[in-house]
Amino acid sequence: MNGAEDSGVGGENKPGANKAPRGTYRTFRDGLRVALSVPGLILLASSAGFGALANDAGMSLFNALLMMATFFALPAQVVMMDQLARGGSILAGAAAVALTGVRLVPMVVTLLPWIKEERPALWRRLLALHAVAITAWLEGHRLLPGVQEGRRLQVFLGIGTGMILTTLAGTLLGFLLAGSVPPLIAGVLLFLTPIYFLLSLTAAARLPMDWLAIVIGCIMGPLIYVLVPGFDLLLTGLIGGTVAYLAGKRIDARLFGTGEDE
Amino acid sequence: MSDGFLATPEASLVIVLVALFAHEPFRWLGGYLGRGLAPDSEIFVWVRAVATALVAGLVARLVLFPAGVLEAIPLVVRLSAAAGGVVIFFIAGRHLGAGVLGAAIILLSLGYLAI
Repeated sequence: MNGAEDSGVGGENKPGANKAPRGTYRTFRDGLRVALSVPGLILLASSAGFGALANDAGMSLFNALLMMATFFALPAQVVMMDQLARGGSILAGAAAVALTGVRLVPMVVTLLPWIKEERPALWRRLLALHAVAITAWLEGHRLLPGVQEGRRLQVFLGIGTGMILTTLAGTLLGFLLAGSVPPLIAGVLLFLTPIYFLLSLTAAARLPMDWLAIVIGCIMGPLIYVLVPGFDLLLTGLIGGTVAYLAGKRIDARLFGTGEDE
Repeated sequence: MSDGFLATPEASLVIVLVALFAHEPFRWLGGYLGRGLAPDSEIFVWVRAVATALVAGLVARLVLFPAGVLEAIPLVVRLSAAAGGVVIFFIAGRHLGAGVLGAAIILLSLGYLAI
């Protein structure tokens, strides 16, 4: 998975450099099968974590599945759910959701060259866009370069649909398990979400800025939560992220002589 | 918005509206910008830093101030599991599955001893 990550942003400049099994993915069903791979399994476990979290927060099963299907991005879901569960403002929650959502823009931008089609039907385009979240994005970057041109959107729709179905199954599983297993097991299920997020951030970190953002966020988040509950995530993101961005640029300048990465 | 709100149809409406107006548009925007904008432009670098700090803050909040059942597991166990997960992730060659599984096992075994 690391190779796919590194080839992520900017990787489409050199499609030939991507290592991917060739010729093995041709159809929608081939794409669907990707859900049975290791990343699919991790996604199943982490969405089970979300299901457990939703149960624990007092969300109905219907709302948990609805949220999984409509957001299809675990961080945004947990932000919004936690905000509502703690009685925070809906608007502040929506703003925090939007801040986590902005990261989808560059994901779509980098993936788009691989899933462009002459005149795709609107629903196909919307479904492909909806499927863009971290796992499908990583898998898309890993697999699509090896897929024959003209079949890529089809395969990606398969990957995306498989991932969406996986997360719905995981949510259902976690929701049901959380209510019926001993508290310690339920606690472990709940813990899957933060640890998965933490490791995903760590796995994606490349620049000093990324590491700073992780550390500053981890320290600032709880502090601001105590000081200004309800707006903590919004402020942590904006202030902590901007500080990390500026400090990271300075470190880059010191280390590499220029302010730019790459 | 206090107890039980998350189980109501009103919450369903909030979920759909927030998804539709505060989340999904970024995917559409990416589809629109994808024709012209370079994915490594400066604005995206800043966005990544903001999103990273926000999610890191969320992680810390979930670990330090869990809302429900997780509260029963002592703080020191939760912190050990998180730290252990990160260490295992790196030892296993940055393997996401190994880190998540490792953290879960640490939480389970230490939690079992502690409760």
